Amino acid sequence: MRMPAPIRLRELIRTIRTARTQAEEREMIQKECAAIRSSFREEDNTYRCRNVAKLLYMHMLGYPAHFGQLECLKLIASQKFTDKRIGYLGAMLLLDERQDVHLLMTNCIKNDLNHSTQYVQGLALCTLGCMGSSEMCRDLAGEVEKLLKTSNSYLRKKAALCAVHVIRKVPELMEMFLPATKNLLSEKNHGVLHTSVVLLTEMCERSPDMLSHFRKLVPQLVRILKNLIMSGYSPEHDVSGISDPFLQVRILRLLRILGKGDDDSSEAMNDILAQVATNTETSKNVGNAILYETVLTIMDIKSESGLRVLAINILGRFLLNNDKNIRYVALTSLLKTVQTDHNAVQRHRSTIVDCLKDLDVSIKRRAMELSFALVNGNNIRGMMKELLYFLDSCDPDFKADCASGIFLAAEKYAPSKRWHIDTIMRVLTTAGSYVRDDSVPNLIQLITNSVEMHAYTVQRLYKALLDDISQQPLVQVASWCIGEYGDLLVSGQCEEEEPIQVSEDEVLDVLEGLLVSNLSTPVTRGYSLTAIMKLSTRFSSLNRIKKVVSIYGSSIDVELQQRAVEYNALFKKYDHMRPALLERMPIMEKTATNGPSETVQTNGETDSTILDTKHLPSISQPASQANDLLDLLGGNDVVPIIQTTVPTKPASAGGELLDLLGDLSLTGGPTPTPASSVPMSQPPFLLDGLTSQPLFNDIAAVIPPMTAYNKNGLIIEFTFERSNPNPNIAVITIHATNSTEADMTEFVFQAAVPKTFQLQLLSPSSNVVPAFNQGSVTQVIRVLNPQKVRCYCEPRTHSASYRSRSSEISPFVLKHLQKSDECLSGAKLNIAKLKLRAASH
Amino acid sequence: MQFMLLFSRQGKLRLQKWYVPLSDKEKKKITRELVQTVLARKPKMCSFLEWRDLKIVYKRYASLYFCCAIEDQDNELITLEIIHRYVELLDKYFGSVCELDIIFNFEKAYFILDEFLLGGEAQETSKKNVLKAIEQADLLQEVRALATA
Repeated sequence: MRMPAPIRLRELIRTIRTARTQAEEREMIQKECAAIRSSFREEDNTYRCRNVAKLLYMHMLGYPAHFGQLECLKLIASQKFTDKRIGYLGAMLLLDERQDVHLLMTNCIKNDLNHSTQYVQGLALCTLGCMGSSEMCRDLAGEVEKLLKTSNSYLRKKAALCAVHVIRKVPELMEMFLPATKNLLSEKNHGVLHTSVVLLTEMCERSPDMLSHFRKLVPQLVRILKNLIMSGYSPEHDVSGISDPFLQVRILRLLRILGKGDDDSSEAMNDILAQVATNTETSKNVGNAILYETVLTIMDIKSESGLRVLAINILGRFLLNNDKNIRYVALTSLLKTVQTDHNAVQRHRSTIVDCLKDLDVSIKRRAMELSFALVNGNNIRGMMKELLYFLDSCDPDFKADCASGIFLAAEKYAPSKRWHIDTIMRVLTTAGSYVRDDSVPNLIQLITNSVEMHAYTVQRLYKALLDDISQQPLVQVASWCIGEYGDLLVSGQCEEEEPIQVSEDEVLDVLEGLLVSNLSTPVTRGYSLTAIMKLSTRFSSLNRIKKVVSIYGSSIDVELQQRAVEYNALFKKYDHMRPALLERMPIMEKTATNGPSETVQTNGETDSTILDTKHLPSISQPASQANDLLDLLGGNDVVPIIQTTVPTKPASAGGELLDLLGDLSLTGGPTPTPASSVPMSQPPFLLDGLTSQPLFNDIAAVIPPMTAYNKNGLIIEFTFERSNPNPNIAVITIHATNSTEADMTEFVFQAAVPKTFQLQLLSPSSNVVPAFNQGSVTQVIRVLNPQKVRCYCEPRTHSASYRSRSSEISPFVLKHLQKSDECLSGAKLNIAKLKLRAASH
Repeated sequence: MQFMLLFSRQGKLRLQKWYVPLSDKEKKKITRELVQTVLARKPKMCSFLEWRDLKIVYKRYASLYFCCAIEDQDNELITLEIIHRYVELLDKYFGSVCELDIIFNFEKAYFILDEFLLGGEAQETSKKNVLKAIEQADLLQEVRALATA
């Protein structure tokens, strides 16, 4: 019995669309698929085409159709055009080059490429150019090349794009198409012209040789473009009054590639670019599409400055366009050119800033990046107002980047310290929870250094805390400040604004509140406890503070517990040291790098040059030795380690922004610090005497010796030379001498380096540095700096590094107890955690 | 151009043209994600978005979204013109095209697309020439059997 004729495609579609549920649809599909399968099994030629078409429809709905793959091949081999059409379509939809099945097509395609009917040849070229695998391309490249030379423009244009695909799949075959490209541009047919330009573009992009070869086409391309612009109305190619915009855009793109880096070519195209830029109608998208491509070309080639300004102005006009698409491409392009044509872009700053208020997320982001790139010393006040307003209202995704950008810009260009502090306050209060963790130490450093603003700062921060304790970065900075400057707070010393009346108890209430609040993270709690402790030397409510500290001695949080225990110990046994330890933090200097070619933007008051003497706090170091070495900040685990690779958004102007970012470092922390001025009788446990100097400069061949450490009788000097076989290795010899009365025993030198460095410490000459400069300890260190980054040396003295159990007093504190003599002779003196820190270029 | 997708406001796929080799699974995943992303866009937003490492250009015509994925160096604005040209071709061919035309005659929509673009690039910039070729090819379907090569 013969099966009934399979239902027609349209009928199937209609039927399936009547299904009311997914299940109903699935059922219909399965039924039809079964019918199709049996029909295929019957090898029915008549209805194969119809069945495959139905299969393709069901495939589009998401159902599997792989059993139709071979049927497609049979259709392709058929002599009916309808079959071939559906067959090739099916091949393009169902087959992919990962399956071997597709190779079976090769022969069919080859035959069809030589078919007498151009529409069949067209099908073959289209399929090959759309999904041909590398093997197929290899086999059939010759046929394509032949068709590229035909006079039939219908086929020639398709062959050109097919050739593009072949080249993409098998780049080595590019050469064979070269002869056929000879007269491509002499064609009158726009289809051929367009596809030829695409082919030429592909070849030039892939091969510098091809690129040089095709440079000679520039005059011809210019001529074609000119004709397009100057010619009258051509109905066939007209789009809103512009003649063949597709071809114009492709020519402009090819010109860009040909003109890049080449003076002659760039000059040859100068006039036409100016012409297109000025004459193109801008009322519709199509004109703007051409202008956009023109601008991209002008910016990429070696164009005259007048032309460049013209291009930027076009972008500026784009920014004012009602069409948001146009604004979008303008911002994208401006972002690309802001570094090279900074001044020109500055002129459009206000328009760019307006785009911050745009509703489109992508436009906002680009506007933000551009805005940061345009901030400078002159416009900082106005720009910051806009950026802060933006920070207030923008999406959470933006806030972190925006906050970071604002901090950076503020640091570089702040017109006054007060303004700077206010700006920071504003960011912390409006976007405090989005601020990056590494901002906290930076801000603390900033605040410390703004000495005259301490009272104002602590007052503002205190007030902010009263309002909201949920934003951790804000809370951390505030706690730290209160710990440091709480005395200023209660004494009502503020000059900048009306001082508030607050009592010691109120302040302690707030800090204790942070300790117990659910909103506070462990890190924040650490900050609060330390702040409370510091206030013991600034406030008179000693008993209260003692009580708090002793309570937390049994805290579950190990960090808090450790701190509390040690602070407790300070009260009980080492009370005489407490004032010194908890004294005010001195100014911390940041290391900064100035690249050889850049100018440093200074804010009126601080100078970002390299300075001496850092002061480093460290009261305890319970962590293991290994951790010590890698702990770039040392001392306090609470302070997050600053990564030297800080996000480099937003784009910088002139590179300074990036470099400054790379060097932000904090060498201080929020813990109580030992005093810098210590009577000579005190044991030399203090963390001071730091010098920070550039240690390496890959430019310098010879590095002069330097004194890395000089304090309390201990002097450590470095001498440098380059290793003979490998100049990338620097050999540092340290000499340690001791001018005090007692030997320094158990002297151990340690060094920590970032990951890109390799370090080798050879054996020291001795562990004892004899007294009265009677001898020295020498040790050789070999350092390999393969990435040739500049680095800084920050020697630090550090506490002894043995583990302390929470019930014991840390060895650091222990050392304080002993009398100077005992200490000098017996103490383990771990000197110089030399920290070689890389600065990013 | 890496691919072009046509889908309805309910997210139903009406046409998919891929110019890069991907497995069926990958295509489905990309389609699903992209459709979701584009449908979530508000009318006030611009027609471009960044998605993975591609630029997506989309435009809605009545109930159909036309969505193209282009590469970094491609011109977004001219891609909008490409999309528009395709719609014009469909419109001329079907006579005031609507989504139903494309649903019931999807294979023709593909044929027209394949006469306009090849390998992701425009092969013919004259509307007239594309339509003429389609017309001729349609006539050829009536022929019983082609003359052999």
